[in-house]
Amino acid sequence: MDFTFDTEQQALREAVAGLLQRAYDPEKRRAVTKEDPGFDEKVWSQLAEMGVLGLPFAESDGGMGAGHAEVALVATEVGRVLAPEPFVESVVLAGGLVADVGTAEQRAELLGALSEGTSLVVFAHAEPGSRWTPTATGVTATRSGDGWTLTGVKEPVPSGARADVLVVSAAVEGGTGLFVVRGDATGLTRDGYRTHDGTRAARVTLDGTPAQPLGDEATDRTAAIELALARATVAYAHEAVGAMETALTTTSEYLKTRKQFGVPLSRFQALTFRAADMYVSLELVRSIALWATMVVDAPDSTPEQVLAAADRARLQTSKAGRHIGKEAIQLHGGIGVTAEYSVGHYTSRLTAIDHLLGDGAWAATRLAETVDAHPYVEALPA
Amino acid sequence: MQLHLSPEDQAFRDEMRTFFTTKIPQAIRDDVAAHREVSKESYVQAQRILNEAGLAVPHWPAEWGGRDWTPLQRHIWREEMQLAAVPEPLAFNASMIGPVIAAFGNQEQKERFLPATANLDIWWCQGFSEPDAGSDLASLRTAAVRDGDDWVVNGQKTWTTLGQYADWIFCLVRTDPTAEKKQRGISLLVFPMDTPGVTLRPIELLDGGFEVNEVFFEDVRVPAENLIGEENRGWDYAKFLLGNERVGIARVGATKRMIADAKEHAAQLTSGGRPLIADPSMRTRIAELENELLALELTALRVVSNSSDGKPNPASSVLKLRGSELQQAATELLVDIAGPLSLASFADDADTDVPEWARSATPEYLNYRKVSIYGGSNEVQRTIIAGTILGL
Repeated sequence: MDFTFDTEQQALREAVAGLLQRAYDPEKRRAVTKEDPGFDEKVWSQLAEMGVLGLPFAESDGGMGAGHAEVALVATEVGRVLAPEPFVESVVLAGGLVADVGTAEQRAELLGALSEGTSLVVFAHAEPGSRWTPTATGVTATRSGDGWTLTGVKEPVPSGARADVLVVSAAVEGGTGLFVVRGDATGLTRDGYRTHDGTRAARVTLDGTPAQPLGDEATDRTAAIELALARATVAYAHEAVGAMETALTTTSEYLKTRKQFGVPLSRFQALTFRAADMYVSLELVRSIALWATMVVDAPDSTPEQVLAAADRARLQTSKAGRHIGKEAIQLHGGIGVTAEYSVGHYTSRLTAIDHLLGDGAWAATRLAETVDAHPYVEALPA
Repeated sequence: MQLHLSPEDQAFRDEMRTFFTTKIPQAIRDDVAAHREVSKESYVQAQRILNEAGLAVPHWPAEWGGRDWTPLQRHIWREEMQLAAVPEPLAFNASMIGPVIAAFGNQEQKERFLPATANLDIWWCQGFSEPDAGSDLASLRTAAVRDGDDWVVNGQKTWTTLGQYADWIFCLVRTDPTAEKKQRGISLLVFPMDTPGVTLRPIELLDGGFEVNEVFFEDVRVPAENLIGEENRGWDYAKFLLGNERVGIARVGATKRMIADAKEHAAQLTSGGRPLIADPSMRTRIAELENELLALELTALRVVSNSSDGKPNPASSVLKLRGSELQQAATELLVDIAGPLSLASFADDADTDVPEWARSATPEYLNYRKVSIYGGSNEVQRTIIAGTILGL
């Protein structure tokens, strides 16, 4: 049991923090997120040069062979400055699927290009008629000669319009399969739009669109999808922790400097107590996010353990994110609601993270299913 | 980053678990688990068994019975003790006055008090709070005036937990009423509870029990040698002591045990034609509580692994604040599961069919309101977090 990062990991954190903090202050972020694709291509390339975009992939697939502890460090720094680059969406989620399911050839091609920053891969999974399920029903895969075609709608797909390659989930015989769709494929229509948190999403319409199965065959991949979603959830928990930390420090600074009634706001206990409660929420969620990452990284963790850890992280992230996000705005007052000031954007991103892959209530419902299967929760497995 | 316990720590945990569940008499552990009043004799018996095995005061300096354990091992020791429903070494002895004497007492005091304190040959009680000095402890007024070789103590203490069992009291007294800062004029005196002029009045609590007392001092003569540390430095020792008090105050193991019990009880009761544990809102409530507790436990583990310099980590305020809230949430859960049965609180065994756990649920819930008040109220903890950590 060890919650600390080693010196190599800390060096990675410092390098990523340096890059992202130079790239983004609230002004620069606003400018970057105003224009498509909603992030800075140059920063994306710099992250690639640093090896960040290939962190979790095997070296033989063009990656760095690092673990999820490293992913967590990067995600935290992304959250700290609200870097709009789709790190979790592309590297952890879509890349994770390719790494788990893809053939050697697919891995070398897709992960190599993703790691180099030359190809943005995203997972097109959500469908307008359902929510937070590992399965697909709105897009159907049909065999067509030697290949496959996909038909249906995926939405919202993060960075769906900008993506060079889409990993698409689709109904196949016996379950949900995974397919690779090229951005220039025929019968592919992508309608991109801005999202409230400054990033981009798209409606992806497939109409007899040629697709290649991810992996050897178009078989049921529900279990792989669940696992990839769980790992992305844990990475999002760290992104959220980074965001919450900045939301809290920004709020604390504001309480010290903003004067009303002739004194700094920090003289009002009604406000400082609420800031103290934000700190409590932050430390609790940080602990569970770090723990969940250790569960993901532990070589003997079962898929069930990883899924449960992700649900635990998700539940705590949802609660803490809502608490800290809402209080950060309230303790600022009116300026917190403006787009010109930074803190509200943190609340917006925390709200997005909460709803991308499943919120707290959803996680609590899942955890409730197993509540009588154990006397108590073991934090430290034998 | 490493999830698993090392093989050494795993072996250590097994060793603790085995010891606590086999060496401490089952009857004592049953009393703790059932939230019954634990007798003085049981406390003493349990602590002496622990002390004999070197498990009563592991956090003390090695020469006085401490063990060279890592903070993680200390955490495991405490956690396993709570899970096994072992009465913990008396906090007034093991966590409060013992470490203070070890750190600030003179050699004679160490030899006189520390072995007896570890073995619970002396039962200590705490003379800190006063009717007009609660959270604002530094306002205390109990005075000690030097008269020859003695201090003469006059005044009143309150909330003195288990003072009725105590042999000795450690007492904050005002020795310099003229000090510019009120914190500067306080000293720490120790004296026997049977010293002439000491009287004790028990205070009945909402649960019908007597665990706290008022203690009155009228011209109590205390030999000068019973001053711990330096005159007028008592506030520093009190802060040191209260910092220790907050370590382990999260009581995660005890709360885990309550939740585990709650689930068993909920499986036995029928509600709406099915076991209460099958009710989705009950299941969700328990799942959320378990998650909060996991987050707290992991935070405690983070704190212990970062507090090797011996100073209380400011984040220990989080443990006190959240630990008390979750203990209270667990007691509330038990009351809600007991439902109407909880009304039979004071019924004798012969007069009721209501199981003991359901009878004790509400008294325990009411009693546990104390945990967010003692050890520095949760509002004091928020003040510490806002001031020390956030710089507000």
